[in-house]
Amino acid sequence: MSNLYQELGGQAAVDAAVELFYRKVLVDDRISHFFDGVDMDHQIAKQKAFLTMAFGGPHNYSGLDMRKGHAHLVERGLNDTHFDAVVENLGATLTELGVSQELINQVAAIAESTRADVLSR
Amino acid sequence: MPTISYKDHSFSLEANETVLDCLLREGQSVSYSCRTGVCQSCLMKAAQGTPSAEAQAGLRDTLKLQGYFMACKWKPADNVTVCGAEDLTFQATLVGKELLSETVLKVLLQSNSPFSYQSGQYLTLIRPDGLARSYSIASLPRESMIELHVRIIPNGQMSSWLLDEAQPGTPLTFRGPFGTCFYLPDRPEQPLLLVGTGTGLAPLYGIARDALTQNHKGPIWLFHGALTGKGLYLVNQLRELAARFPQFQYQPTLLHEDEQLEYPVLTGSLDTIVMSQFPQLKSMRAFLCGDPDIVNRLRKKFFLAGLSLRDIYADAFVPSSPT
Repeated sequence: MSNLYQELGGQAAVDAAVELFYRKVLVDDRISHFFDGVDMDHQIAKQKAFLTMAFGGPHNYSGLDMRKGHAHLVERGLNDTHFDAVVENLGATLTELGVSQELINQVAAIAESTRADVLSR
Repeated sequence: MPTISYKDHSFSLEANETVLDCLLREGQSVSYSCRTGVCQSCLMKAAQGTPSAEAQAGLRDTLKLQGYFMACKWKPADNVTVCGAEDLTFQATLVGKELLSETVLKVLLQSNSPFSYQSGQYLTLIRPDGLARSYSIASLPRESMIELHVRIIPNGQMSSWLLDEAQPGTPLTFRGPFGTCFYLPDRPEQPLLLVGTGTGLAPLYGIARDALTQNHKGPIWLFHGALTGKGLYLVNQLRELAARFPQFQYQPTLLHEDEQLEYPVLTGSLDTIVMSQFPQLKSMRAFLCGDPDIVNRLRKKFFLAGLSLRDIYADAFVPSSPT
């Protein structure tokens, strides 16, 4: 799994994916309301950080970072269905970019590993 | 051993140490988060020294041009001077003022020391008693005076003071420049779309003239929105600009019908008007300034229409909280 980042294409892959992914979440009525009222430039930088982590790239996120960063969204009702929608959009983004299902599964597994922290369990 | 100058202190960098690590080790308060050059929380500005490409990876071109860098990624090999964005202060004199409309006051400042900026950026003007407000810069860097457009707010502390009490010769202070909303000459054929409300016209006026001065060849559209005709200003100057430069087009818009105007306007919601005029946005660069709701709504619409966020420059004018 340490090679996943390189296999996906590294930073260039993150750059290619981030706007595609962001457009998908912005039009997904299941989750788009969580992105309202936030500065888009700031938001996309955070999404780039998230994708870097999900792609197995370098990051310094801890479980505590995830809990703190999403606590205000959990208060607004963030739950499993929303987390599922994000992972689904992430998968759709990578499919659109021609990534193999095997690699997509690895990315999804990494994203999945943050569920408990993101949802404050 | 290279040193970092920061807030009048000088710190020695240890071998293979980043700016962020050095400042933190020395007990300085700087913001940061991911420490891997992604989240941009540790953004700082190099006043002396050139940041490495790695320290600027992923930053907007307009931030790179100003010397911004990610402190977690720069390992300087030579002495450098860095600061946070809020740290630069200048002394200035009020030189002149003029009403551009019932609700907009042009204010001209002369900085006491060289002030380097780009048209479209903004500064924070500070009254002698310390009251501060931010205003966009409408002038060109090559002009001798800094031009600001101040919206006159009833009971507004700064705008009322500037209108009624400040006189030519009044000393002022300002901090800046701030903001990433300005013209870059890297793609002279690129279509530019400038959309603003109210005094959001100030930075756009600067950006449009800056682009034309630098021989921008692609089309430049400027939409200025107001509630009624009284909210429009610089109409004659912009129409003259459109007459002189075939690549520049100026379109005033009003939310409400106004039959008193002697020039053509489009009526309706500004974002609806702009989106209907431009079914195809890809390849354009957009500058959005003014009312936060309209700026944010248009930015989202442009992004969803296929424009990259890298080509959308937005400056939402958030009003000061009453104090």
